[in-house]
Amino acid sequence: MATYQLQINGKKMTAEVEADMPLLWVIRDVLGFKGTKYGCGIAQCGACTIHIDGIPVRSCQIPIAELSRKAKITTIEGIGEIALHAIQEAWVEEQVPQCGYCQSGQIMSAVALLKNNPQPTDEEIKTAMNGNLCRCGTYDRIQKGIKNAAMALQSGTSPVRNDK
Amino acid sequence: MVLGLPKLKGETLSSISKNLPPEFINLEINPFIIIRTDGSITLINPRPDMGQGSMQAAPSLLAEELEVSLYKVTIIQSDGQSKYGSQQSGGSSTVRGLWYPLRKAGAAAKEMLIQVAAIKWATSTDNCFAKDARIYLKNSDKSFSYGELAEEAAKLPVPKNPKLKDPADFTILGKYNKRLDIPSKVTGKAEFGIDIEVPGLVYACIQHSPTIHASIVSVDDSKTLLVKGVQKVIRCKRTMPHKQSDAVAVIASNWWAAQKGRSLLTVKWDDGQLPTTQTTDAYFQRTYDAAKKEGVRYEEKGDFLAKFATSNAKLEAVYETPFLAHAPIEPECAVVHYKEDGTAEIWAHVQGPDGGLADAARFLGIEQDKIKFHVPLLGGSFGRKAYHDYLSEACYLAKELKKPVKVLWTREDDITQGPYRPGMLSRVQGMVSNGKISGFHHHAIGESIVGQVFNGLKPDEADPWLSGELSTENNQYQFPVSKVSWTHVKTEIPIVWWRSVYASNFGWGQECFIDELAHLAGKDPLEARLSILKDERFRKVLETLAEKSNWKEKLPSGKGKGLAIFASFGSISACCITVSTSGKGIIIEKAVSVIDCGHYVNPDNVVAQTHGNIVMGISAAIKDGITFSNGKCDQTNYHEYQILRMNEIPEMEVHIIQSGAEPGGVGEPGLPPVAPALGNAIFAATGIRLRKLPIDITSIS
Repeated sequence: MATYQLQINGKKMTAEVEADMPLLWVIRDVLGFKGTKYGCGIAQCGACTIHIDGIPVRSCQIPIAELSRKAKITTIEGIGEIALHAIQEAWVEEQVPQCGYCQSGQIMSAVALLKNNPQPTDEEIKTAMNGNLCRCGTYDRIQKGIKNAAMALQSGTSPVRNDK
Repeated sequence: MVLGLPKLKGETLSSISKNLPPEFINLEINPFIIIRTDGSITLINPRPDMGQGSMQAAPSLLAEELEVSLYKVTIIQSDGQSKYGSQQSGGSSTVRGLWYPLRKAGAAAKEMLIQVAAIKWATSTDNCFAKDARIYLKNSDKSFSYGELAEEAAKLPVPKNPKLKDPADFTILGKYNKRLDIPSKVTGKAEFGIDIEVPGLVYACIQHSPTIHASIVSVDDSKTLLVKGVQKVIRCKRTMPHKQSDAVAVIASNWWAAQKGRSLLTVKWDDGQLPTTQTTDAYFQRTYDAAKKEGVRYEEKGDFLAKFATSNAKLEAVYETPFLAHAPIEPECAVVHYKEDGTAEIWAHVQGPDGGLADAARFLGIEQDKIKFHVPLLGGSFGRKAYHDYLSEACYLAKELKKPVKVLWTREDDITQGPYRPGMLSRVQGMVSNGKISGFHHHAIGESIVGQVFNGLKPDEADPWLSGELSTENNQYQFPVSKVSWTHVKTEIPIVWWRSVYASNFGWGQECFIDELAHLAGKDPLEARLSILKDERFRKVLETLAEKSNWKEKLPSGKGKGLAIFASFGSISACCITVSTSGKGIIIEKAVSVIDCGHYVNPDNVVAQTHGNIVMGISAAIKDGITFSNGKCDQTNYHEYQILRMNEIPEMEVHIIQSGAEPGGVGEPGLPPVAPALGNAIFAATGIRLRKLPIDITSIS
């Protein structure tokens, strides 16, 4: 058991846990950020996706002791705190979620994709998002949401069309 | 600007009352509608939301007739009490089951409010109308808010036959509306079963028997107890409907420690005969043996066997579907607090709080009215969470520990322990004559949910759930002679309903074999079906599908289209899939689905559900199923039990028929025609007729 310092969603926090506790469970059960989800524990489903220094990672695979003290962690709670991110607005506009359980992970992967590649092709979207499973089958709307957000970000407009 | 976002985190009816200053009164106009004197309105959603949109659909029925905006009310999940009636989400029954009851509840409340206003204005009720949570006096500027009228209205008798709106006047039902639950699902704020925390909670990770039904011989927990956070190791029971089995629970102060502790347990199990008897090979062997014999008759029109014997244009075949796991991304979880005063409080993502309450009362040995039941959001379910074994474990441990306890299943538990959609066989026989399909016999073979789950199937009785789906009453095919029969082949492997239940198994056999007969008759599969379908709704679905999928299009060699139509859960759905061959096998290019679900609440949600059904239907058709060897499940997690990923979905289109018929289901009917449409498309493209699922599309050339 040791005390670990974390920088999470812009705040400094500490967690007193065993060295092998995966970051996923530190985030959820110790720090209380429930938005990041458990789905498989073996990096097959992507529900646990967070950002470390802006890069999407599967938090179920990172034992807390292996996390750098300088690492800046962002969870879904840290996205769109002041105003919804274009991805989140697009998700609402396109009505992406059904049960919604996988969507924190989907959004984290999508936000990182657009940061890295503001105008992804369909193939690039699939490659970036393929690690995120959705059993409800919302994949086509996820793709539409990403394209909508990409266009909105590029043109400085809103993903909300109000055309229905 | 969205007002009055539904309280999705922890708000209950009792907490609404507790948080109110005394001058506000909650007036229950009927169980589903609560209007406060300050004008705020709460609607009760009696059907848990597992992604299918009931959180909005059911309240929409109330809101339409009550003349309130969904975006200006608070929506609360019901808690299982009998005053809310049936609260089971499943069978695609929410909208069609509640279409009249909830609309009547809304209309009755509106009439009661109008009555009070009419008295206050000393006028007749005909001079009053309701709009946007106010009652107005015609030809005047007078109005009352519902809050001002509620106290008097709550004293009135409830009208037994309130007038319902004409669908032509609907402002909510049948219209595009943004779903109320979506905003919280894009910010991580939505609360699912797995997210529940209560003060003093302990966590349980349960070691189940790898062969599911084995009994414990010994437990060595010496290493487990050394894990920091682990508090104790106790034996418990997993209660399934048909069997109770031994299990060992590791209890810890945090779930990671419980899970780690479980990995260090050494349990010796007595598997008995299970390694030999509980295998999918043994089960399917029994089903193939049964396919050689006649089954129990469910329905017969004319003398099928006699006509078949003398026909010189006939076919017979056996179609096979595998066991499947639901594998919702959120695994099974329940929090139970059995208190010192003999009452209990439960948070469990079941598909129905009434069923959950009844089972919990049994598991805990207390009366239902001693239990407070909360249903958080379900992170997917598809039928799985309506099977309350995980709840039984939490109840068992709650009684033992006398502390609130959270049982959380790992993904490995979810995949290896079931329950599963059963694998089934269709033994089909058919004939053609004068260019038409002239006879069809569907002999369904396999385990029965009514039998295993409810112990309700007599030996000489055809399973009622699936037989109804295969009947000519259901498929409307005008076969001159036909037969539906059934053989019960049992398995110890636990089974349960999976999305679209038996329709997911038997759509494959029915619609692929209709195609085989069509080809035998020398007819196009669309024409062959139309020539034996009189029902206008079935014909319209097929004709619409043909138009939207450009069925008549001449395709280059190596490309093919296949279609299928299946009626289930009160709706009719058809699917056309286009495939092409490539160096790497088959590519599924496009799926076009048509659904006639009668009246619907939200067209966008009908499309979304049908998209989901296409994806899940393709997953079921081309990904490995669940297999059991040596008594154990061979698959353990998503790397071995694969489900479709984003790069595997085809282009999809969904078309909704505007039939204006009585509402039919939406959550499931889109799934059954998907696999047979694919099988028929592969035949069209390659000439290869496949009869066993899953199809390995990479290996077909």
